This record gives sequence, structure tokens and C-alpha cells, in this order.
Amino acid sequence: MKAAKGEFFLQGNEACVEGAIGSGIRFFAGYPITPSTEIAEGLAQRLRGTNGVFLQMEDEIACISAIIGASWGGVKSMTATSGPGFSLMQEAIGYAAMSETPIVIVNVMRGGPSTGQPTRASQGDVMQTKYGSHGDYQVIAFAPASVQEMFDLTVESFNYAEKYRVPAFLLSDAEVGHMRGLLSVPENLKIVDRKEKGIKRADEAYDVPDDLVHPFPTFGKGHKAMITGMTHAEDSRIEPEDVRTHQELVKRLSDKILKNRKDINKWELVSPGSKTMIISYGSSALGPKEVAAKDERVGLLRLKSLWPLPEEPIYEVASQCERILVCEMNLGMMYWPIKRVALEAGCKKVELLSKIGGEPPTPSEVRHKLRGMGAI
Amino acid sequence: MDIFDFYRKDRWPHVFCPGCGNGTVMNCFYRAFSALNLPLDRTAFVGGIGCSSRIPLYISSDALHTTHGRAIAFATGLKLSKPDLKVVVFTGDGDLGAIGGNHFINGCRRNVDMTVICINNNIYGMTGGQASITTPHDFQSTTTPYGNREYPFDLAELAVAAGANYVARWTTRHVHELTKSMKTALQKKGFAFVEVISQCPVNFGRRNKMADPTQMLEWFKESSVRREKVRTAAVDHFDLNMAGQITVGEFVDRNRECYEELIGVEKHG
Repeated sequence: MKAAKGEFFLQGNEACVEGAIGSGIRFFAGYPITPSTEIAEGLAQRLRGTNGVFLQMEDEIACISAIIGASWGGVKSMTATSGPGFSLMQEAIGYAAMSETPIVIVNVMRGGPSTGQPTRASQGDVMQTKYGSHGDYQVIAFAPASVQEMFDLTVESFNYAEKYRVPAFLLSDAEVGHMRGLLSVPENLKIVDRKEKGIKRADEAYDVPDDLVHPFPTFGKGHKAMITGMTHAEDSRIEPEDVRTHQELVKRLSDKILKNRKDINKWELVSPGSKTMIISYGSSALGPKEVAAKDERVGLLRLKSLWPLPEEPIYEVASQCERILVCEMNLGMMYWPIKRVALEAGCKKVELLSKIGGEPPTPSEVRHKLRGMGAI
Repeated sequence: MDIFDFYRKDRWPHVFCPGCGNGTVMNCFYRAFSALNLPLDRTAFVGGIGCSSRIPLYISSDALHTTHGRAIAFATGLKLSKPDLKVVVFTGDGDLGAIGGNHFINGCRRNVDMTVICINNNIYGMTGGQASITTPHDFQSTTTPYGNREYPFDLAELAVAAGANYVARWTTRHVHELTKSMKTALQKKGFAFVEVISQCPVNFGRRNKMADPTQMLEWFKESSVRREKVRTAAVDHFDLNMAGQITVGEFVDRNRECYEELIGVEKHG
């Protein structure tokens, strides 16, 4: 199974399908839910007759459980969902983090809480992605803002999930998922495969040190792997009562992501050094991008990855500007961690443009807010 | 293969209480597995959460100890991604029939090639004896201090209705029949389900005048009725499973096409 190369005019969700195919997906489990359904439909079509499996499960909990099981079979696996389905997956997301299972979860965000706005875009799940399951854990999350990025960041999600043995998220939204645009698929995609136990690989230089990410014991190869969501020691011994074992394990799961923030984080800068900087991500960055392109007083830091929090670029931007406007489609979620970093960098004025209801903020709304701040 | 090569001696002592039926089931399973000479390294064991779901972690092979109720969903993904792997699920009544009920019936319907062994002790043992979906009517538990008002599920009949290829139920008193059914289940292509009614003297028997495990085994013996003899009884679908009688035997043995055959995944290898 190979990704088609060249130029295409596609929907965001369809670009995600191509990204998954290009990454070498071998297992997809899904459940119908607006606005992510096209991903399941696309993969049902694309995986047919290949060595990959498409499976429609009985609910979203079964979907994420099945892709975790498939990952232990040694293949790249993914599921795609939206709001309510994402909520159902939370327990197993914690399991994937604890058992260090590489999986990719696409969340085409819609308006919540509850059934909310099935056909409308939102960015209300960004905190749930990081904090939705119980306990301390770290994940990797990307936020695409175009059809091209739906492809590129799907590939990155697979690469980073494999590299760090962690659940990786593509946090799209109904706007980006259903937007149509140009997709250019390069001749050679950079693909990362997990470091398997007992197998030497040519590109090992790319690996994270063994003390943070252990080689993956694929099932059926005589490793006698014991995989559990319970607190376990390095040799898989279950030690739910042991204080130090728990501390060491959970700290390592956290460290392997946080200590490699610079390797993971991705962003785009427009007019760096402007007195006013907008920080935004996903489809809510489209309006600000237009404003920044036309007004030299305003710059934009567009976060392409949200978790782990890209502290370095936020710090750098905040230490060089007078004011920051955070723009997002929720009542203020990324605003708080961004504000924390900005305050540390000495930028005192951090404001929020929040818009919920399903439409990304328009350029005129952004300008109106900037005028109110005295920025333009 | 010696039983101490099959089970991980280094993981002992195990978590099971004295008198628990899990040991009997593990012994029967070992006998069935080794009699068939199946390659242990090519077999993966999956469990959910609960006492019986811990068994995979004591077997000297790949084990996936998953979240509560989802073992069959995990096993489905594992099996389809590696079709040449044999997949065995160990689960309990709460894990399989309550929180995992949806995955259970859909697993039977989908008929993915796996062996599911459910150790049904009619109680939530690990958490201290709360009523489960198979606690018989009027029986005592910590959450039914005045007797269980609800009626139990018949997991085996459910599996038959949902489409499993092989379904059998025995008790820990029927070790030979159980071992034979486990053998059949392990050889069966498609979803094979073996339910074992087992004793939990500590958390079930103690509250129901059967604190001694032998009393519970005696009770199993007295209450067990072969399925072919009870098919006409009006109580079959209502009072089943314990209160009055335990229907035991092979419930179904058929050869519906399994999911791997239907989607042609087997040739991937």
C-alpha cells in the first residue's frame, strides 16, 4: 500500500487519510461520528485489498482498545473521532500512556460540551487531550490549520508516536477537516518506525536514549512481554504498592516527552519582532494570519504542536513584544499556559480573543479586538 | 511442558485467595494447552481487570493486561494485526458481562478467531464482594445486603444468541469436561467461549452460608444439570445459573466463517 504522489485537491479529512497511508498505517478502527467520519470512510476504501485492516467497532472505547491491541501486534494503528467519542476514549488514552503504546488518535473537534454542535468547529478539547485521563502523563498533540497540514501533521503524529512510544494526537476541527484545498505529497516522506526489542535498525541515531524510551517488545516474538496499565518496574514486574517504582515510572513517562520538547515542538512565525504578537493555532489562526500579513504592527506565532507546550517559542516571542493576544475557539484554554510563559518572559499584557459557536474568528473581529487593546 | 514452564514461577506468590477456583481453571487450561502441544511463544494472553483477568500475567508468554471490560476489544486488534498469533482471553463475569458486555456480544457476532475463558464467580471478588450481573436472585453480597433483587445474565446463552462458534459451560467441579472443552475451544476457528462457574468462598460463599470451598463445590455438583436435559424446562431462561440449577454442557459447536476469513486478512502473515 503506497500513498499517491503529486498534487491533489482534497478535503482536510481526506488528506489525513493520505497521511496515514503514507505513514504506513496497517490498522484502523473507527466508529461513525460527525465531523470525523470521512476519515473512517476514506480508510475503509483505501485499506481494502491491502495488508492493512479497517475495522468498524461497536463504540469508541472498543476502537481505541483495538488499535492499542493492534499496536502490540507490531503495526501502526490509528483511530479518528470527535467530542463525545473522544471523551469515551479517555481511560484507554491513559492506558496507552502507561503501557507506552504508540497509537495515533485524530480528534476532529466539534462544539461541546455533550452533543453540542456536531457540524461546527471548536477547540474545546485541547485541555482534555492533555488532562482527560486520570493521573500524571504527557502526550504529543499537533494542530493542523490547512489541508496540507492535515497530511503533514498526520505523518508527524505517527512518527512521534513511534519514536516516543506514546499516544499522539492530531487535533483538527470541523473547519480544517471539511475545508478543501491543495495537497502536495512529496516523493520521499520521512517515516519513523518504533525501535523494536532485539532488532537493530539502520537509522538508530534518530532514537531517544534507552533509559527514557525502552525498545518495543512486539508480541509473538518470544519476548514474553508483560504489558499492563498497573504500576510496573523495568522488567515488567507489577509493583502497585511500591512507592519508588511508581515514582520512577511516572516520572520517566513524563520526562521522555518534556525533556524532548525541542525535538517535538513545531510552529510558524509571521513578522517576528512586532510590538503586538498574536498566538493562535488551528483554524482560529487563519483570521490572525490574514491580519498579520497586512499589518506590520502585528505578528503571529502559530503553534503547530500544542503538547508538550512549546514554551521556548512562546518565551522568545513574549520577551520581545509589548502585548500578546491569544486567539482560540473556546472560552480560554491554551490562554492560561501561554499567559504563564509570557509572564515569566516579562510580557505583562496578555489578552484573549475567544470565540465559540462554530466559526473561527474573522480578520475584522481580530482587528476590532486589537484596536480595543490599543495595538492598532 | 512442565506446569512451571507454563506458568511464571518467578511471579509467585499469586494474588488468589485460599480456596479460589482460579487455580483449578489454570490447571485445566495448562493440561488442555500442553496436550495440544501449542507453541507458547506464538500465543498471546489478554485479560481485563479482576481476579481471573490476572491469569495472563502468570503465563510464560506475551500478556496484555488491559483496562476493565475491554479485553475482547484489545484482543480483536491484536489478533487482526497478527493473524498467525493465537489469542486467548481470560476474563470474569463483571469484566465480560457487565462493563464489557457490549464488546462480548459484538465479539461473538464478529466471530474473530480467539478463545475466551470466563471465570464466573458470581461476584466482584477483587473489590470485596459486590453483586455482579451473574449474582443469583436473592443471594447476599455487600451491595445487596437484603438479597439480590435482580436476576442474573446467562452468559453462555448470550454467546450462543450472539453468534459464537463454540460455547460451553462447566463448573470447577467438572475438571475433565472443562479440560476437554478448553481443548475444543483452543482448536476452534472463530470465537470460542468457555464459561466456568467458579467458587469465591471468601467473598461469595462466606455471605451465602458456603464459607468452605468444598461446600461450594458440593453445591455445584448438586445443582448442575446437563443442558440437553433442561432444554424443555420453563425455568431455563429465567432462573438459570445457580438459583436452583446450573446448566452445564456444550451449548453450541458450529463453523461460521470467522472474521479473518471474511476480510481475507489471514494471508497477510
